[in-house]
Amino acid sequence: MGGVSTPHVLLGLLAGGSRHGYELKRAHDERLPRARPLAFGQVYATLGRLERDGLVAAAGQDRVGGPDRTAYALTDQGRVTLDQWLSTVEAPMPYVASTLFAKVVVALLVADVDRARSYLIAQRAAHTARLRELTTVKGDPAATLSDVVAADFAIAHLDADLRWLHATLGRVADWHREVHP
Amino acid sequence: MTQLQARGVVRAYGPTPALRGVTLEVAEGEIVAVTGPSGCGKSTLLHCLAGILRPDVGEVTWRGHRIDTWSEAARSRLRRTEFGVLFQFGQLVAELTAAENVALPLLLAGTGRREARTAALTWLERFGVAEVADVRPGEMSGGQQQRCATARALVTEPRVLFADEPTGALDTLTGEQVLTQLVRLAREQRTAVVLVTHEPRIAAYADREIVLRDGLVDHTGLGLDVPLAGGAR
Ligand SMILES: Nc1ncnc2c1ncn2[C@@H]1O[C@H](COP(=O)(O)OP(=O)(O)OP(=O)(O)O)[C@@H](O)[C@H]1O
Ligand SMILES: [Mg+2]
Repeated sequence: MGGVSTPHVLLGLLAGGSRHGYELKRAHDERLPRARPLAFGQVYATLGRLERDGLVAAAGQDRVGGPDRTAYALTDQGRVTLDQWLSTVEAPMPYVASTLFAKVVVALLVADVDRARSYLIAQRAAHTARLRELTTVKGDPAATLSDVVAADFAIAHLDADLRWLHATLGRVADWHREVHP
Repeated sequence: MTQLQARGVVRAYGPTPALRGVTLEVAEGEIVAVTGPSGCGKSTLLHCLAGILRPDVGEVTWRGHRIDTWSEAARSRLRRTEFGVLFQFGQLVAELTAAENVALPLLLAGTGRREARTAALTWLERFGVAEVADVRPGEMSGGQQQRCATARALVTEPRVLFADEPTGALDTLTGEQVLTQLVRLAREQRTAVVLVTHEPRIAAYADREIVLRDGLVDHTGLGLDVPLAGGAR
């Protein structure tokens, strides 16, 4: 589930005041638990582009040195850009772009029902295992609401995928007949 | 340790086969999800295990005693003492308040009035519905009714709770709160749970999942790995 706009998230993390690159990375990983952790290189590259576009500006430097010594602050233009992003409703699934779906299609094209079915079954087992893992995360007494809400997002999507995997297993034979009349 | 066991259970409704030879075990304190497509026999299995229905063939044993041959009175006593039952729609007694509903299983088991009421209030509190203690089901929301029904099913601290789609009528968040609390309390008092559901996210709370298909346990553990007859859409 990709497509998160890291530049906008970084702008958001700067809205409360200027921060160094490493502080941004830490704040990102803390605020978005279970997201893919940001690499430092990615933070600095993104900050560089944001600075070039006038959305952030260097706000002082500790001693001398590399980019990690520079603190960045949101510019007025950056604030407008952030506000626009927050006000924009995301297009709800404009394309059916899922590797799961594409794999079944290709399996039916290049192989047969059994190939598609064994993929669906294996994928369902993997999804079920991950669903259980995340359910355990949520049940941990030490889990914060951030952890719970993040896990919930993944759980709801895995649950939806699982329903699709179930339904598709029930239809794959008919679907194959449609693909290879 | 195995507490509850079904061996070769077959059950039909007239000409309609519902279970075609189900064998399974439930250990002490274990939480088992029973899943599978609609009509595969989940509810029938639950009713057979709980001693509500009698199998046509096969046996159900509880702590080594065969219970399916017991009289209705004996099975009903077992359900009052060792088992708890919870359905999709709470099935509270309409004439009784929430507290009276929850106290009922204790009163039937011979607990004194005052003690039963105290326990009922504690259990209502645990499920976050203390405020409806003196309200009748007709004036409660579906979610409140289901929380009361869950409290009632656990108040006797049964050894096994049989729950058939217990969160089926609730919204996602309410369903989850009820289930989380149910699972937590069941684990605390080592109550085994047989949880019938068709929702993957609900089954994920269990220790183990048993998949039924056309009245049989699907031992692939995954179900649906053979073509559906007629390619049902
Ligand atoms: N009281 C009844 N009389 C006749 N047939 C019944 C009765 N109850 C269930 N059946 C049939 O027995 C089979 C199994 O039903 P059961 O209710 O156990 O399925 P289930 O898995 O619980 O389904 P669902 O997910 O829809 O609740 C079905 O074919 C059903 O039509
Ligand atoms: Mg049922």
